Parts: sequence; structure tokens; C-alpha cells
Amino acid sequence: MSDQKHCHDLMETLSDYVDGDLSPVLCEELERHLRECPNCRIVVNTLRKTIELYQKETQEETLPSDVRERLFRRLDLTSFLK
Amino acid sequence: MSNSPVDASLSLDALRAGDRNEFARLVDLFSGKIYRLALQITGNTQDAEDVLQETFLKAFHALPKFEGRSSLSTWLYRIAVNEALMILRQQKTQFSLFEDNDSGEEKDNVDLQLVDWCCLPETELQSTETRRVLDEAVQRLSPALRLVFLLRDVEGLSVKDTADALGITESAVKVRLLRARLRLREELSAYFSERMEKSS
Repeated sequence: MSDQKHCHDLMETLSDYVDGDLSPVLCEELERHLRECPNCRIVVNTLRKTIELYQKETQEETLPSDVRERLFRRLDLTSFLK
Repeated sequence: MSNSPVDASLSLDALRAGDRNEFARLVDLFSGKIYRLALQITGNTQDAEDVLQETFLKAFHALPKFEGRSSLSTWLYRIAVNEALMILRQQKTQFSLFEDNDSGEEKDNVDLQLVDWCCLPETELQSTETRRVLDEAVQRLSPALRLVFLLRDVEGLSVKDTADALGITESAVKVRLLRARLRLREELSAYFSERMEKSS
């Protein structure tokens, strides 16, 4: 990577940065570094994409209908099954 | 306490009073999330279903005493995590919530994969094969890292709620989350890099 110290600092604050929790001053400093360091840009972009893929995968999953039915029976909620 | 829009749509008074209709709404709102989490922790559908049922049975009995110090969803996740861990302990599965190092001082010595796979087509990124790789990668995380990643990134809990649900500090959540995210990124980068080489 182009600037070892900045790259190392970036790794430390990566989660806060992708979550939007980094202070404005640190955020500006990191974005300046990202503009100059293609490798760190790859790390940030692929990290964001990794989280996004897991979230997308999860959105598509629903509780199987047979599992829901058995759950409602166990909880004595069969009159609410629809 | 953080209160999600889903939590806010439920009447806590009705739930505390044992209202069956409101409880059925609670079950429908959270059962999918609880089942998915249980499946990721236990790794099999029968155990996940047991966790799901026990979680809501315990919640129903405990609701009259629920004080609302945490959000309903955090409270349910905490019950579910405890139920899942109990099942694993009964099976003598090694599953520790503790990490040797939560200080963040010890760095992962990994050679970062520097392949930009973000621009791959969505069909490739969301293929059945990719889904299998995603599932296997998360299962390879240590239990302590996996739970933090699942609650924070997959289920969308805040850092504070994740810490509350697992009984660890917020700083431990942040340290584990960064490790989990970086390890998953490495695994996916290795996989997609290979795919890109094959197709070029």
C-alpha cells in the first residue's frame, strides 16, 4: 500500500468508517488517504460489499411454513394461524 | 434503550397483560429472525426449531415481568442465544462466548487480498454457489466472532444492543466485529478472485 502508516490506521477505524460512526475529522483524513491509495479503496469497497451480501442473503429468507405451524401449536396459538 | 420501529408497533401493556392476539403478532414479527439466528448458531434445523419454541415459551412466561430496560428484540435475542448455547452445552459442543483477546491490541497477521470483485455481475454475487460460500465462511468464524457478526450485521442490532444481548462490553463488540468482517472479506476475496481468474 502507498503509505504504510495511513493504511494501518485505516484498518483500525474501518468498521467505524463503514458504519458512518467515525468523527468528521478522522473521516476527512481517511477519505483523503483513500483518494490516493487504490489498495485501501479496494479493502473498503470489498468490506462494504461483504456486509451487503450477507444482509441481502438474509432478507430473502423466511420462516418455513411447517416450522411456523408447529411453533403456533406449541404456543397454543393455533387460532391465530392464517 | 433503543426501540426499533418493529418494537414500537407492539403494545407492551397488552403483552404484559397476556394478550394472546398481541403475543401472536410478536411471534410473527420475530420468529423468522430468531429461527435464522438459532440455525446459524446450532447448525441444524431441529435444534434451531427447539430454540425457537423455547425462546417464545420463556418469553411468554417472562413478559409480565419485562421491565423494558432493553428493547423487546434485544431481550428476545438474549433468550434465544442462551437457549442455543444451552443446547450446544448439552451436546458437549465447545462453544465459548469469550475471546482470548478483546483489546484489539493484537493484530491479525493476514496478507490482505487486494482483488476488486465489487463489479462482478449480481448474478455471480448472488448465485447459489456464492450463498454456499457465504454460509461456510460465517460458520468458520470462531463462535465469539460469529455471534457478534450475526447480531450486528445480519440482524441489524446496534453495538449497544449486541453488547447487551451477549453480556459483553461495547468495545469488545467493536473489536470482534472488525475481526469478523475482515476475515469474511478475506474469504470472499479469495473465492471471487479464483472465479475471476477462471473466467478471464
